[in-house]
Amino acid sequence: MLFVNGRRRVGYDVEFRGMGWNGSCVHTGKRIRVCLKNREKGLWVMKHIAIGILGAATLGLMASAASATTLDTVKAKGFIQCGVSTGLAGFSAPDDKGDWQGIDADFCRAVAAAVFGDGTKVKFTPLSAKERFTALQSGEVDILSRNTTWTINRDTALGLNFVGTTYYDGQGFMINAKKLPGVNSALQLSGAAVCVQSGTTTELNLADYFKANKMEYNPVVFEKLEEVNAAYDAGRCDVYTTDQSGLYGIRLTLGAPADHVVLPEIISKEPLGPAVRQGDDQWYHIVKWTYFALLDAEELGITKANVDEMKNSPSPEIKRVLGQEADTKIGTDLGVSNDWVVNIVKAVGNYGEMFDRNVGSGSPLKIARGINALWTKGGLQYAPPIR
Amino acid sequence: MQEHDMSWVRTEMVLAQPAPAGVTGMGAWVRKNLIGSVSDTIMTIIGIALVALIVPQVINWAFINAQWTGPDRTVCLTAAQAQGGIQPDGWSGACWAFVNAKFGQILFGTYPTEERWRPILVGILLFVLLVPMLMPKVPRKGLNAVLLLIVLPIVSFFLLSGGAFGLPHVETPRWGGLLITLSLSFVAIVVSLPLGIVLALGRRSNMPIVKMLCVIFIEAVRGVPLITVLFMASVMLPLFLPAGVTFDKYLRALIGVSLFSAAYMAEVVRGGLQAIPKGQYEGADSLGLGYWQKMYFVVMPQALKLVIPGIVNTFIGMFKDSSLVSIISMFDLLGIVKQNFSDPNWATPVTAKSGLVFAAFIFWLFCFGMSRYSMYTERRLDTGHKR
Repeated sequence: MLFVNGRRRVGYDVEFRGMGWNGSCVHTGKRIRVCLKNREKGLWVMKHIAIGILGAATLGLMASAASATTLDTVKAKGFIQCGVSTGLAGFSAPDDKGDWQGIDADFCRAVAAAVFGDGTKVKFTPLSAKERFTALQSGEVDILSRNTTWTINRDTALGLNFVGTTYYDGQGFMINAKKLPGVNSALQLSGAAVCVQSGTTTELNLADYFKANKMEYNPVVFEKLEEVNAAYDAGRCDVYTTDQSGLYGIRLTLGAPADHVVLPEIISKEPLGPAVRQGDDQWYHIVKWTYFALLDAEELGITKANVDEMKNSPSPEIKRVLGQEADTKIGTDLGVSNDWVVNIVKAVGNYGEMFDRNVGSGSPLKIARGINALWTKGGLQYAPPIR
Repeated sequence: MQEHDMSWVRTEMVLAQPAPAGVTGMGAWVRKNLIGSVSDTIMTIIGIALVALIVPQVINWAFINAQWTGPDRTVCLTAAQAQGGIQPDGWSGACWAFVNAKFGQILFGTYPTEERWRPILVGILLFVLLVPMLMPKVPRKGLNAVLLLIVLPIVSFFLLSGGAFGLPHVETPRWGGLLITLSLSFVAIVVSLPLGIVLALGRRSNMPIVKMLCVIFIEAVRGVPLITVLFMASVMLPLFLPAGVTFDKYLRALIGVSLFSAAYMAEVVRGGLQAIPKGQYEGADSLGLGYWQKMYFVVMPQALKLVIPGIVNTFIGMFKDSSLVSIISMFDLLGIVKQNFSDPNWATPVTAKSGLVFAAFIFWLFCFGMSRYSMYTERRLDTGHKR
C-alpha cells in the first residue's frame, strides 16, 4: 500500500527528480519551496538527534565529585569496595553461592570488620590484571587485594601504597615424581624439558636460574596457560614452572595429582599484598594494621574460637591487643573502634586460620606454610607490636 | 468385427506410473548418495569410521560416565587423584555436578539469591513478548513491537537494577552469566538495527556534513577491534573523569557494544540499499513521496529483505562477541563458567572441559535458533526472487 498523504503530495503537475535532500531541489514553482522546506526539516531532525546524543553523554558524565577521606567515604556508603582477581584458586575465587573466597577476599573482610565491626560489609570487584591499577587510582575500589606483586615501580610511579605481604610467593618448579624419581631439588634438573608460558618474567627467571647454576634445559614454550597445563599433563615436559601458589592450583587439575611434587626452591621474589591509593595516610594505616593485627593475633594464640575468652586473659599484651585495657585509645587513634582486633578475628580468624582455610591444609590446595610461617616459626611473617 | 473409431493419436494421457524399484526407497538412496562412485564409497567408509570412532566416546563421556550431582570435587575424582574421590580408576566423564552446583551463577552471576525472581520475571516477559512477535500469524504486531522494544527494556531496567518501587538496588557488578549475555545482546540488537539504518542512510546522503559524520563514525568504529572499544571504555574513561566519579561499567559496555554493532549493521544495510535499482527511487519520487516515505514504503522493505542473512549474521556475531566483556571483568555466560574453574572445591581434570562444553551448548542453542528463524523469514519474505 502506498500512502500519498498531505496536500503537498497531490495536484502538482511538476517534474521532480529527487526530493528533500536526496538530490538538489530541481523543481518549478511552489514545489521548490516545499522541497527546500523539506530539506531544512531533515537537517532539523539530524541536528536534534545529535544534540540528544551529546546531552545523554554529558548527563552520564556529570556527577558530583567528592573529595572526602577514604574512611569517610567508606563509612558513608556503608561498605568497602574490594578489588579482587577474576579467579585464582585460594586467593579469590567464587564458591557455589558466588561469594568470593580466598586469602585476598578474606583480607578485605578483615578490613571491613575493623571499620564496621562486620566482615560482610564488603563488595567485591573482580579486576583483570590490566584494569587493576586504574580501578584503584580512579577510586572504583578502596583496596586492591588481588595477588599483586609489591615492586618499587608500583609503590612510586603508579601511585600505590602496598601495606605488606599477605603471601610470600615466588617462582617454583613442579615435577612428575614418577617420571623423575629421586629428584628433590631443582638443582638436579639439568637437561630437563621445562614447560613455561612465553613472554612472562617466569621465562626470564627460568633462564637466569639455569644459567647461574650452570645447568642445561630445554624450554617447551606455550602462549596460553591452558596449553602449558595440557602439555605438562600429557608428559611433553618433565618440569612445570610458574609461581608456586599457581603450581598448587594447577596440580589439582592434573590427571594424577599425587604423582606431582612441588620442589622447595623458589627462584624469584613475588611478595603479594594488598595496596591502597597514595595520599590518604589514615586509610593506609587502617589497612596496614589490619594485616598486622591478623599476624599479632596468630602470634598471641588468639583464634576465631577463643577470642571471647581471650578478652579476659591475664596477659596484659593480649588485653591490650583486644582493646580491653582501661582508657585504651589504640583503636580510636587508628580511626576505628577499640575492639577492632576482636572484630577482625571474629570475622576471618587470625592469619594462620585464614591461610589454612584458603590455601593450606584445610583447603584442597594443601600449600605448606613455608616462608609464610610466623617469624617465631622460621617464616617471614612479622608484625610490629600493637601498643 | 466391430467398427472402431480409429485414432492415430492417443485420446487420453498415460497414467503416471510408479517409479521403477531401482530409483526409490532406501536402497536407491544409499546407492545414489553413499556408494554412487568409487570416491563416494571411500568417503562414506571414512565418514562411518569417524562417526563410529567419535560418537560412542562422546556419548560415553557426556552421558554414561558423567557425574550429574554432587556436593564438591570428590564426585568427579578417582580415589587415586584425591582423597575421597569416588570414581573408579581410569574414569573420565563429564562433571555435570560442577555445572549443577554453579547453575545459579551461570544464569544470573552473583545476583542475590532472594532477588532472582526478578531476572526470571524479565526472562518470562521477554519470552512472552518475543514469541508472538516472531510468529507472523499473531495479530497486533504494532502493539507487540512497542511492548517488546520500548516498554520491556524500561520495565526490565527497573526490575533488574531496582532502587525504585520498593525493590532493593542490585548493582550491575553483581549481574552475570546468561543475564549479561542476553541483556547485552538484546539491547545491542534493538539499538543497532535502527541506528545502523540511520547511519546507512546518512552515509548515502547527499548532505556533505551528515555524510561525513556517518562515514567517520562507521569507519572509526569498524577500524578498531571490539576489545579495544571495551578496554577504552573500561580502563581509559575513568582516568578522564574527575576523581570519585564512577560511570557504571555495564552501561559503558552496553554503549560500546551497541555502537560497535550499529557500525557493522550500517554497512550491511548499505549493501542492501545499493542493490536496489535506481528505478525504484525514481518510481517513488514520481509518486510524490517524501524522503522518509520513499524509504519507508519503497526502498527499505526491499533492501532489508535482501540483507536478512547479513543482519542475522551480525546479530549472531554480536551475541557471541558479548563474551568479550570478560576482558573488562564482566562475567557473561562464558566468563562466569571460566571464572568458576578457579574454585578449588571444584578443581578436577574434567571441570574445565565440562564447563566449556556446557557453555558451548548454550551458545549453540541461541545461535542455531536465530539462524533457523532467519532462514524461515527469508523464505517467507522471498516473494520476488524465488529460484
